[in-house]
Amino acid sequence: MSKHRTIKATVNGIAYERSVEPRLLLSDFLRQTLGLTGTHVGCEHGVCGACTVLIDGDSARACLYFAVQADGRHIETVEGLGTIDDLSPLQQEFREHHALQCGFCTPGMLMTCVDLLKKYPLASDAEIRDGLSGNLCRCTGYEHIVRAVRAAAARRGRKDDG
Amino acid sequence: MKPAPFEYFCPDSLDEAVVLLAGRAAEAKLLAGGQSLVPLLNFRLLQPAALIDINRLSELAFLAEDRGGLRIGALTRHHALETSPAVAALFPVLSEAMAHVAHLAVRNRGTIGGSLAHADPAAELPMVATLLDAEIRTRSAAGPHTHDARDFFTGPLSTVLADDEIVTEVFLPALPPRTGSAFAEFSLRRGDFAIAAVAATVTVADGRITAARLAVAGADERPLRLDEVEASLAGQCFDADLVETAARLAGESVNPFTDLRASADYRRHLVAVLARRVLTEAHARIAVGAA
Ligand SMILES: Cc1cc2nc3c(=O)[nH]c(=O)nc-3n(C[C@H](O)[C@H](O)[C@H](O)COP(=O)(O)OP(=O)(O)OC[C@H]3O[C@@H](n4cnc5c(N)ncnc54)[C@H](O)[C@@H]3O)c2cc1C
Ligand code: FES
Ligand code: FES
Repeated sequence: MSKHRTIKATVNGIAYERSVEPRLLLSDFLRQTLGLTGTHVGCEHGVCGACTVLIDGDSARACLYFAVQADGRHIETVEGLGTIDDLSPLQQEFREHHALQCGFCTPGMLMTCVDLLKKYPLASDAEIRDGLSGNLCRCTGYEHIVRAVRAAAARRGRKDDG
Repeated sequence: MKPAPFEYFCPDSLDEAVVLLAGRAAEAKLLAGGQSLVPLLNFRLLQPAALIDINRLSELAFLAEDRGGLRIGALTRHHALETSPAVAALFPVLSEAMAHVAHLAVRNRGTIGGSLAHADPAAELPMVATLLDAEIRTRSAAGPHTHDARDFFTGPLSTVLADDEIVTEVFLPALPPRTGSAFAEFSLRRGDFAIAAVAATVTVADGRITAARLAVAGADERPLRLDEVEASLAGQCFDADLVETAARLAGESVNPFTDLRASADYRRHLVAVLARRVLTEAHARIAVGAA
C-alpha cells in the first residue's frame, strides 16, 4: 500500500539519503530518523510554531510537510544556526535579552525570526509582534522575545549579519 | 497524532495530475500547501487512500497581467500574493487582505488554489474572490471549466468542484476606472481566522456612485456579497448618512452563527462597523487616486 520511497535531502548542509514511508512528517523525520531533536513538536496541526524550520530558505511548519516532499530540498533547522560556543547573532540576542525560559518554543521562534528578518523591515514593535503571532510561548510573556528581535533587526541594519 | 497510511504520487505536469486524479478521484486528495489538509490528516479527520502532490507543477505557479486584470496560477503562494507589485497596483484590496492570512510560515506554503478549494467560511481569499467577481478556472479529464466565484462556494468547506477537478488558475477581471477599494478584519490576534471581515469596492462617475460591491467573511456559512446593500448605494451621491444607512443594512442582512469566539449578535455588529469603515475608506481612496 504505502510503500517506502527513497529521498535525498540536504539538512544543515549535510546530504542524507533515506527510505521513508509517505506519511512520515518532516518533524518526525528530523527528530527520529536523523536524531536532530532541536526541532520541537507541540501541536502537530500548524498552530504552535515549535516545529518551524526553513525549506529552501523559507520558514515552514515541519509538522505540515511530509518527508517525501523534501526530496531534493534544502532543510535548515536550529542545529544549523550556531553552536553553544559560537552562537549566531540572533541566538546571542535571545541570550542577552533573556528571550527564553524553558526553551521549548525557542527553536521555532529562532527559525521564524531568521525568515522575518530576511523579509520584513520589523521597524516597529507592532510589526514584530505580528510576525511572532504564529509562535506560541507559554513562559516569557513575549516581551523579552520582542526585545531580542528588535535588537536583531537593529543589528541587521548596521551590518548584514541578521 | 499521525496520518493514516496513504499512497503518494508526485506528478511533474498538469496533464499527468489530471490523469492520476481521474483514475482515483473518490479516494484521492490533492496536496498543495498542505496548510489545511495536513492538519485534517494528522487528526485523522480525513484518511484518503492516496495523495497527489501538485507542488512540482511549476506551470501552476504564475502571476500574469491580462487585459488590466490578473491571472493567478493555483499554486501561487500566499506570500507571493502578499508581496507582488502587480497585485498591489491592480488589486490593492487583495494585498491588504493577504496581510491578515495566517503567519509567514503558513503564507510561505499555502496556495490560492488550496484556499479556494478548502472554502473556510472565515478565510480571506474566498471572500476577496467573491468581491472581485473572480473566475475560477479548472481542469479535469472532461476538459477545462470556469466557475464564477459567486457560485463556487456552497457551504462550510464545500464548493461546486467535482472530485476529479483541479483548480488551475484564478482570473481577476480589471476594475473599472475611478474605483477605490478597502478591506477590514477583526480577529483576536493577527493571523487568526477572521471573526468577521468585510471588503468593498466603490466606483464613481460625475459625483455619483455608479457601482459598489460589498463582501463579507465569517458571517455566514460561505463568503457572501450583500446585493441589497450594493443596490442601495448605486446611483446615489456619497455622504456619511448614505454610508451609515448602508452599514446598518449590511449588519441586518447577514445571518451569522454563534460559536466559542463570538455571538451572532456581535458578528452582526462587527459587519456593520467594518462595512462603514471599508465603504468610507474605499471612497476616500478614489478621491486621492483621481485628484
Ligand atoms: C496556523 C494556521 C493559521 C491559518 N490562518 C488562516 C487565515 O487567517 N486565513 C486563511 O484564509 N487561511 C488560514 N490558514 C489556512 C491557509 O491559508 C491554507 O494555506 C489554505 O487554507 C489552504 O491552502 P493550501 O495550499 O495549504 O491547501 P492544502 O491544505 O494543500 O489543500 C486544502 C484542500 O484543497 C484541495 N486543493 C488544493 N489545491 C487544489 C487545487 N489546485 N484544485 C483543487 N483542489 C485543491 C486539497 O485537496 C484539500 O482538500 C491557516 C492555516 C494554519 C495552519
Ligand atoms: S508542532 Fe508544528 S506547528 Fe505545532
Ligand atoms: S520559553 Fe517556554 S515556551 Fe517559550
